[in-house]
Amino acid sequence: MAYVLTGALELGLLYALMALGVYITFRILDFPDLTVDGSFTTGGGIAAIMIISGYSPWLATVAAFAGGAVAGMLTGLLHTKGKINGLLSGILMMIALHSINLRIMGAPNLSVARLETVFTFVKVIPHMLILVIVIKLLLDAFFKTDLGLALRATGDNPRMIESLGANTDMTKIIGVSMSNGLVALSGALIAQEQGFANISMGIGMIVIGLASVIIGEAIFGAKTVFRATLAVILGSIVYRLVVALALRVPWLNAQDLKLITAVIVIIALVLPTFQRSWKQASVARRRTEELSGGDT
Amino acid sequence: MSKHMKKFSLVIAVALLALMVAACGNGKSGSGDKKTYTIAISQILEHPSLDATRQGFLDALKDAGIVEGDNLKVDYHNAQNDSSNNLSIAKEIASKKYDLVLGIATPSASAVANEVKDMPVLFAAVSDPKDVMENPEAPEGNVTGASDTNLMATEQIMDFIAEFFPDTKNVGLIINEGEPNAVFMAENAEKALQKHGISLIRAAVVNSSEVKQAAQSLVGRADVFFITLDNTVVDAVDAIVQVANDNDIPFFSSDRDSVERGAFATVGFKYYDHGYEAGLMAVEILKNGKKPADLPVIYPEKVDFILNLSAAKEQGVTVTDAMKAKVQDPENNIIE
Repeated sequence: MAYVLTGALELGLLYALMALGVYITFRILDFPDLTVDGSFTTGGGIAAIMIISGYSPWLATVAAFAGGAVAGMLTGLLHTKGKINGLLSGILMMIALHSINLRIMGAPNLSVARLETVFTFVKVIPHMLILVIVIKLLLDAFFKTDLGLALRATGDNPRMIESLGANTDMTKIIGVSMSNGLVALSGALIAQEQGFANISMGIGMIVIGLASVIIGEAIFGAKTVFRATLAVILGSIVYRLVVALALRVPWLNAQDLKLITAVIVIIALVLPTFQRSWKQASVARRRTEELSGGDT
Repeated sequence: MSKHMKKFSLVIAVALLALMVAACGNGKSGSGDKKTYTIAISQILEHPSLDATRQGFLDALKDAGIVEGDNLKVDYHNAQNDSSNNLSIAKEIASKKYDLVLGIATPSASAVANEVKDMPVLFAAVSDPKDVMENPEAPEGNVTGASDTNLMATEQIMDFIAEFFPDTKNVGLIINEGEPNAVFMAENAEKALQKHGISLIRAAVVNSSEVKQAAQSLVGRADVFFITLDNTVVDAVDAIVQVANDNDIPFFSSDRDSVERGAFATVGFKYYDHGYEAGLMAVEILKNGKKPADLPVIYPEKVDFILNLSAAKEQGVTVTDAMKAKVQDPENNIIE
């Protein structure tokens, strides 16, 4: 059991970077970016092919971040300069990346299991914990700068921020680019940890990212950016724990896993709404009682 | 006497030489007006085993004098694991004229077999031929091919587990239930294990990045790991090897490549050989005028136990002489 828990913690930390990326587009920019499914593989693919070609795994990991950022930038350009609907520009980039990833990798499956990766030098849990926290704090600090504030305002109220003279095209491109850089970084680290990169490794990532963001926010709250980014990291870990448990429950059929994921996300989304309406209903009842009590 | 012998052998040598020259001459004169063949290949995705199958197939044709780029034109399509692509490819192939169509892996093979009615269709890398055709022993229509399962192989692996790991209560299987091949083989494994009173527990995945966590979930519940010819899971074999090595769990696979990448043992064959055997069927059809209905479905021939000794060490397995005795061809099939 302990092995399963540490396993879930490891994966949770590795995927937390991807979840932070999804948080930037989904929550901060209010931009549903599906590039993620492609850029995650781009990250894994770049890291794997560079390691196989003899580059340092550290350089490979940084290059993966850059590759993801370029992919994100292209999505941002399609959306802002090409005036393509946000959802559609992400989808277009995602399918384009499938072919590009195959070109980068040269094969659908690359093994780095017996080569030096960053995890030959560092342990997953302590060092990933440090990396994730550092990136979280950097993001928190970034969102307090002028540019960061403009980015947040772009998501909240683009008209207002435009009227203040900020270029929302620029902020969107930067945001989507940062987001996909983080997603690709996560992909690069996952590929090194599990020992291979695969052309299909990114499929479904956007759902996992959203699930992590939503579960985290539902459990840990999102009042400030500081709390929200922390919630996203914890959400990613909770998601992995839930998957680990679901895999072990004997009366659950193994193929139910996707349904369980969907149900968890639905609960996390619906529960706050219900809580609010229950609260309102009980307030309404009390008021009615007070009023009718006053009448008679 | 010896003089006579010398003369005689000289005559034979000259005769042989003349024959060879004549043969070469024939070959050359033939190339002027020899038939050019056109075949279509539909493959569901790029995957090491499937690529090796295709290579073996083309090499068998080449050895029979049908050489790609010379007297063979190959239209190769890859669906990139997308079922709508797969169907369009099959329809596209059906709308053209080929001497032969090859479908590699079950989804491609069944799509091609459904769409193409008037050309010979071969399949390869299909576990259950009944997914593609009615009657594998006596094909009726235009479809036949090479299956990559040997029911005996799965059973042999399970018997091996029961014989050499007598304390085994549960075999842990990592599986993508979306792959018909994998489900079919899992059922066979379950049946084989029932004889020994061992149960099979499953951990399901949908894509290869989930495999590691699925393997971890089996730790503590399963005494050995097993995987089928499941493309999704085979891609992620490195992740399972890590978990198996960390926890001293013997890891059995269903293909040779996985053993080379760090699984402990399998009963298997090389996909290249499998493709080559399918290619020989193609030669029968193209050169010798046979029809698919004349050729019953074939199963892998060069099947043997394959053991990886360094993996055994990592997974805490003591390899006994009795285990090694199961291997018929130790030179190739015991990997240090």
